[in-house]
Amino acid sequence: MGVGNPNRAKAESGIVRWIDDRFPLTQMWQDHMSKYYAAKNFNVWYVFGVLSLLVLVNQILTGVWLTMSYEPTAEGAFASVEYIMRDVEMGWIIRYMHSSGASAFFVVVYLHMFRGLMYGSYQKPRELIWLFGMAIYLALMAEGFFGYLLPWGQMSYWGAQVILSLAGAIPVVGEDLVQWIRGDYLISGITLNRFFSLHVIALPMVILGLVVLHILALHDVGSNNPDGIEIDQNKDENGVPVDGAAFWPYHVIKDLVAVGVFLTVFCLVIFFFPEGGGYFIEKPNYEPANSLKTPEHIAPVWYFTPYYSMLRAVTQPLFGLDAKFLGVIVMGGAIAILFVMPWLDRSPVKSMRYKGWMSRVWLAIFVVSFVILGYLGTLATTEGRTTVAQVCTLLYFLYFILMPFYTRMETTKPVPERVV
Amino acid sequence: MKKLLLLSLMMMVPMFAQAAGGPSVALDSIEVDASDHSSLQRGMQTYVNYCLGCHTAQYQRYSRAAEDLHMPEDLVIDNLIFSGQKIGEQMTSAMDPKVSAKWFGAAPPDLTNEVNLRGADWVYTYLRTFYVDESRPYGVNNLVFPSVGMPNVLAQLQGIQSKSCGDVSEYDAHGNPAIDSATGKAITHQSCDILTVEEGSGSMTPAQFDAAIYDLTNFMAYMSKPYKADSHRIGLWAILFCLLMTVLFYFLKKEFWRDIH
Repeated sequence: MGVGNPNRAKAESGIVRWIDDRFPLTQMWQDHMSKYYAAKNFNVWYVFGVLSLLVLVNQILTGVWLTMSYEPTAEGAFASVEYIMRDVEMGWIIRYMHSSGASAFFVVVYLHMFRGLMYGSYQKPRELIWLFGMAIYLALMAEGFFGYLLPWGQMSYWGAQVILSLAGAIPVVGEDLVQWIRGDYLISGITLNRFFSLHVIALPMVILGLVVLHILALHDVGSNNPDGIEIDQNKDENGVPVDGAAFWPYHVIKDLVAVGVFLTVFCLVIFFFPEGGGYFIEKPNYEPANSLKTPEHIAPVWYFTPYYSMLRAVTQPLFGLDAKFLGVIVMGGAIAILFVMPWLDRSPVKSMRYKGWMSRVWLAIFVVSFVILGYLGTLATTEGRTTVAQVCTLLYFLYFILMPFYTRMETTKPVPERVV
Repeated sequence: MKKLLLLSLMMMVPMFAQAAGGPSVALDSIEVDASDHSSLQRGMQTYVNYCLGCHTAQYQRYSRAAEDLHMPEDLVIDNLIFSGQKIGEQMTSAMDPKVSAKWFGAAPPDLTNEVNLRGADWVYTYLRTFYVDESRPYGVNNLVFPSVGMPNVLAQLQGIQSKSCGDVSEYDAHGNPAIDSATGKAITHQSCDILTVEEGSGSMTPAQFDAAIYDLTNFMAYMSKPYKADSHRIGLWAILFCLLMTVLFYFLKKEFWRDIH
């Protein structure tokens, strides 16, 4: 006698069967693990999704423990971080795992996104995966921004001041908008409290939800691969893709090797270089926030610097709009344009392996520009640097704007039937 | 908002002025050593005797220092705590910041994180480059931090140091005096940052004083990251463990993937 939905995979008997009659446990296990087939030719670029998930778990767990000892008030925040670092048992490890974890998150996410660009993982039918991913990226930037205020050091304070003032550049409503976000006339304990709430409750929930959507969409259409071949086109008599390997155990165990390498590097950072040479924890952040004392040089954390460079690269007012507001538009545009990526690429092939030389050259230009912009964003401006930033910003946008043309014009190589 | 921005811009003016006339001297480089307990102990002794009167170390507990620096607690209570505080308390100062702000122009900052903030080289050089300057309220100025509000509290140890102009030798990458290959003479350049201590004016010789400041800086570096020694010790094992795990996973992966082809 069957109980529950008869149209799904169930265990023969026992406790799992009991659950299966009430909840699709075996079905889900098969759909997402043991019978989810991904191409067997995944290379090293395919580990960064799993690593992002690992870092997400790290951030959530260490975040929970940090919250136990952190005090979200202007009076107590800085001292409570010192308390965590000095008086809480193993507190310094937890804090460094979290602060270095934030940087690690962006490292793996940037590499994950680059993989997508290189192998055309955003192309039909994976547009939604890309869109969910971009939404995660956006939420992650907000999460990083809110989190950076919490230690309440000088760079926390002034970094937030600079970024918030960007919203102030919006004509007419800007000033009111900034005041609304801050909840005060300047960044104060009120701002700190709401940023804390957003950082530990709102955004983690949004990110987790989006990650679920990202993975559900992925497991529905299947993973892309370095050849950009749909492995579902070639199935054996049992309906198993011949060029695939089940996620469990094959890909999971393969990913574990990457996890091991990642953790080795991560340990090297948290135990020996936790400040990342001043890029992960900036020196002025060892001084408590002081609204009357501006640090000599304000630089956002490294993962925001490419966009910060673009903002500063806009130096001329245009059409009656001031340069800062135009800078904000350029900055926003640089992120927004990534969203429409799936509709800019008109190439008949997905992977860079079979695209023409123009796609390759433009991808290289894009990456180099992005890295240069990121580097420049950590430095104070000079005339020469601003010019370089302007050129790189232009190239960054040209990569996207010209994409519909060069992807159609270039000659592509024939894509093989089967995964090589 | 505009007013606020303008205000903050105006506040940046003196900072730029200071940056423009900032330290012209290269910082002397030192290697701090968290495992040199006797150096750290001497440094703490200097700190509580000469610094703590004005500069709190409000995140550092005496008991933690006693433990990390391998000092018996009763010795610390008898010799290093002058305020009657309990050993478990933090190294605070009795000075009222409001009063001291009046005396020095700014309240003496807390120094627990000073090395994190400015680096050990900066602290080491700063403390050794006070010189006589009658135009300043306390009669001294500093090469690294021009127009600093702090008096030279270590003058008793170092002696009276003054600044003058003259020729200074240049050194090559190995620290040897640079010689002009054409003339065979030592290469020198003009400098007006030459500091000389009046002989016999301090209780220490220059070499002793440098050593004392090294110890003090070393202690301040310890205070800024009291977990550093633990971190390096645990870190090594953690990395070894991860490497071992990676190797095991690698062979596991090879074994499993033999099925796929």
